[in-house]
Amino acid sequence: MFDGRDPVYLQIADQIRQDVLAGALAAEEQVMSTTQYATTFRINPATAAKAFNQLVDEGVLYKRRGVGMFVAPGARERLLAESRESFFADTVDPVADAARVLGIPVEDVVARLRERAAHLDATTPTTGTTDTEAAR
Amino acid sequence: MTSPGYGVTLRGVTQRFGDTVALDDVDLEIRPGTITGLLGRNGSGKTTLGSLVAAFRRPTSGEVLVDGEEPWENERTAPGVCLVRESGDVLDEDRLRDNLDFFAGARPTFDRAFAAELMELFELDPKSKPSKLSRGKKSAFGITVGLASRAPLTILDEVHLGLDAPSRYAFYDTLLADYLAHPRTIVLSSHLIEEIERLLEDVVVLDRGRVLLTQDADSLRAEGVSVTGPQDAVDAFVAGRTVLGTQRLGRTTQVTVRGVLTDADVARARATGLELGPVPLQDLFVHLTDPRRRDGVVAAKVPGEGALP
Repeated sequence: MFDGRDPVYLQIADQIRQDVLAGALAAEEQVMSTTQYATTFRINPATAAKAFNQLVDEGVLYKRRGVGMFVAPGARERLLAESRESFFADTVDPVADAARVLGIPVEDVVARLRERAAHLDATTPTTGTTDTEAAR
Repeated sequence: MTSPGYGVTLRGVTQRFGDTVALDDVDLEIRPGTITGLLGRNGSGKTTLGSLVAAFRRPTSGEVLVDGEEPWENERTAPGVCLVRESGDVLDEDRLRDNLDFFAGARPTFDRAFAAELMELFELDPKSKPSKLSRGKKSAFGITVGLASRAPLTILDEVHLGLDAPSRYAFYDTLLADYLAHPRTIVLSSHLIEEIERLLEDVVVLDRGRVLLTQDADSLRAEGVSVTGPQDAVDAFVAGRTVLGTQRLGRTTQVTVRGVLTDADVARARATGLELGPVPLQDLFVHLTDPRRRDGVVAAKVPGEGALP
């Protein structure tokens, strides 16, 4: 685990962001302590603490003195807004680039997206809304 | 909270052995309370550094400070500094049980119950003698003494040589858990950089008796990037950067560079079809201590250095 390009602490921060985005970590929910992170993933506690500090700076987590770290109210909504902003540049553009290299017409890509969306609509509850209950 | 451990400071420290200079005008800081990795090739001066800090000897010149004081014949710092080397640094002809009695008497912080736990973990027989143990078991006993001492400054120098992989991982897990429960300064020296790098907060790299770098491990990791793609594009991208190594396979080139990439750099790399990858600390270490590199030969100019991994 944690073998990507970024330093470990950025990957931990990213994983917590993803958990908040996906609703796996709800607002006011407590996250694992630096000690738990360190022993679970066999990493230096300072590395885990760096991830938490970064998330506190971003307003994703907040600290309750002597108790631990909790997901900030509204964190998911803020992360959703940010991720939507970067979605086209980070996710859609590379798809368009790859399709061009492979000679796949853009209509085929769009058709596939519609198919996939229809499949997801039929099989899974709606996600990506700001309604926390919908993500459960 | 009690003191998180002893810090170490070296100022202008030189250690000679006859004509050999083991440490050459070394300035160094080990932060109290950290797990610091002391990395270096054989003969780089790691063991000499350990002996100076543990006051086994005095330097030829310069100043060594442990918790702010010179450690040589220092009754306050001596019980708080524990050095375990590959040899184990134990009483070879005394039973393990008697060894533990001895160290428990010498170190106020020694924890007998924890020592017993470690003995069981590593399947060590209290009735056997270190001189009769296999290399792996001997290492395990050195680790037992080193960890159970709970010294404010614990230096473990290649202590896990001869240990099999399950025992090494048991050692890493125990070290981390005990460090979390009892924060202190731990200096860990190993050639198995890949295995220990995540445990480290700070890294010191020694090379031929000099300090090559001291840095926190996370920022050091962020400084190594591998750039892979068509030769021309790679060459254009790495121009003006610190190139640590180059590998070519057919028309594909992979270059390891040192330095932090900006978002603009990453975007430019993507736009020109280059792949950016992580450089494990171990590879960074190999590149940084490459004799061709330190002798002034630019690694990038050595063509066809081998296949891509």
